[in-house]
Amino acid sequence: MKPFTTLTGVAAPLDRANVDTDQIIPKQFLKRIVRSGLRDGLFFDWRRDPAFVLNQPAYRQARILLARETFGCGSSREHAAWALKDFGILALIAPSFADIFYNNCFKNGMLPAALPAAQVDRLFAAAAAQPGLELTVDLAGQTIRGPAGEFRFEIDAYRKQCLLEGLDDIALTLQHAAAITAFEQARR
Amino acid sequence: MPRTLVEKIWERHVVLREPGRPDLLYIDLHLVHEVTSPQAFEALRENGRRVRRPDLTVATMDHDVPTDPRPIQILDASARQQLEVLAQNCRDAGIRLYDLDSPEQGIVHVIGPELGLTQPGMTIVCGDSHTSTHGALGALAFGIGTSEVEHVLATQCLWQAPPKTLELRFDGALGFGVTAKDLILYTIGRIGTGGATGHVIEYTGPAIRALSMEQRMTVCNMSIEAGARAGLIAPDETTVAYLRGRRFAPSGAAFEQAAAGWLALASDAGARYDRSLVIDAAEVAPQVTWGTNPGMVTEVTGRVPDPASFADAGARRSAELALAYMGLKPGVAIEDIALDRVFIGSCTNARLEDLQAAAAVVRGRKVARGVRAMVVPGSQQVKAAAERLGLDRVFRDAGFEWRESGCSMCLGMNPDLLQPGERCASTSNRNFEGRQGAGGRTHLVSPAMAAAAAIAGHFVDVREWQA
Repeated sequence: MKPFTTLTGVAAPLDRANVDTDQIIPKQFLKRIVRSGLRDGLFFDWRRDPAFVLNQPAYRQARILLARETFGCGSSREHAAWALKDFGILALIAPSFADIFYNNCFKNGMLPAALPAAQVDRLFAAAAAQPGLELTVDLAGQTIRGPAGEFRFEIDAYRKQCLLEGLDDIALTLQHAAAITAFEQARR
Repeated sequence: MPRTLVEKIWERHVVLREPGRPDLLYIDLHLVHEVTSPQAFEALRENGRRVRRPDLTVATMDHDVPTDPRPIQILDASARQQLEVLAQNCRDAGIRLYDLDSPEQGIVHVIGPELGLTQPGMTIVCGDSHTSTHGALGALAFGIGTSEVEHVLATQCLWQAPPKTLELRFDGALGFGVTAKDLILYTIGRIGTGGATGHVIEYTGPAIRALSMEQRMTVCNMSIEAGARAGLIAPDETTVAYLRGRRFAPSGAAFEQAAAGWLALASDAGARYDRSLVIDAAEVAPQVTWGTNPGMVTEVTGRVPDPASFADAGARRSAELALAYMGLKPGVAIEDIALDRVFIGSCTNARLEDLQAAAAVVRGRKVARGVRAMVVPGSQQVKAAAERLGLDRVFRDAGFEWRESGCSMCLGMNPDLLQPGERCASTSNRNFEGRQGAGGRTHLVSPAMAAAAAIAGHFVDVREWQA
């Protein structure tokens, strides 16, 4: 997996709460058997509206998604993370994320950064004032920098290390195969 | 120190614990279906890895499956490919598969308990968010993404940080005609779709103890709709009675020994939860969702809320968007909402008791003109049991379609779909935009409420029919 260190890019503001994974990638795109090529399905129904944020010229190259609370709720479909990544979005900023979606991001080298709601409000205000606003997400320093200031986000130390190093966690786990076998034998 | 049910299960499954990282947690049962597994198997092949414990892995076909009479020819080439790929992956790895020819095929969260695969104290995962269903039997069961499906296939383990715990205690008793579905919808309405994020819910209290095992599954199933990682209920005599004689449950003396162990899993007196909330079950009335997430819910005797009545600007905006999508005006009485479709099915409400509750309402009545109503049993075994009781005739005589088992119109990956603008009373779990078909409008209700709505052509307070 490609390491995630620092990312500077356009932040697209998606001003809706409780965005579920059915919206991020609808069912018809779940019949594929590969992970790639899902960008066309990203927010498929909402993108039929020409005014939808990712249809606006300023945000077609977005690398960061600015979102509201409980982003990614609902279905466990990892296709939601794959579709965002395929579009080019590698970092998300929101007051909170749904657990399974949050976890799926890390498995794909993407950073979901949670900030207090008031700080997310400030970033939305900055994006409204300056369409195409760029932000810099620095994972090592755990900061988000932009014209609205610098914000620090919290992240589990282990998740951070995995992202920074781009670790393949299956390879890591297989190094403990003896411990797994011992556990299985002890339970017989 | 007193421990919770979750802590007891967790501690028994820690393979490795080192400072500065999550625990390596052993998984007892891995359930697999066609939609979230193909990329995981493919990645295993690419990396030259094998399935570590095919004997602890069980697969079924459910999400894409047409519900037409079997044997079926699957016309959707993508769905057919996904089902073929699952069958091939299971053959290659030696994984037991309940395919469309099996008399035990069904929705993954229906067949796990039904076959006795799901047992108290287990850790269970599946690439599906409604895996929380299995918590009804006192298992720690949670949904995972495809990368973690791959991880479990390869290692039978997951790296997991211990979850926070939320006790939801239901005092008192549910009122006449009020069901487990109403209880959980009411709860999600109270705490919100993110109310339990980061937590595992343990449902406790006399109103939970009074529920049958199938009703408990309905409650635990929708834990994810409140944002919870999982939801579970301590095993008791109801649990033991349910499991006795099930195909993969222990038998004879081994069963009695296992049952004693299951009963000892209950949270200790004085065990501490990170959060607790007490709800009076008597407050709960039959529920109907009016919006585009399960937390947007009210009583059947209530009205569609006015977005202006929400103090929080975000909630107000969400309600405005939801009403626009749903084609509803503020202040409309829920009972005045007319329906085009009724769906009785899904891993939430397609077990035998659900079908019995719906049939009791339908018996001797007819589906309203202009309403298309369908029943999709959760599994072939549920379907067969219902047919032995003659429920298929009750539904068919009333004008319902009686179909084959699968996820069906809960998520519309098969041909069962709402058309744009169609309004549906559904016993499923999600009323998200487009969930049952692009432009479709979903109202979540209990099986009895869905049945009554099919007959009346609009929502009705089913308690008045049952008196």
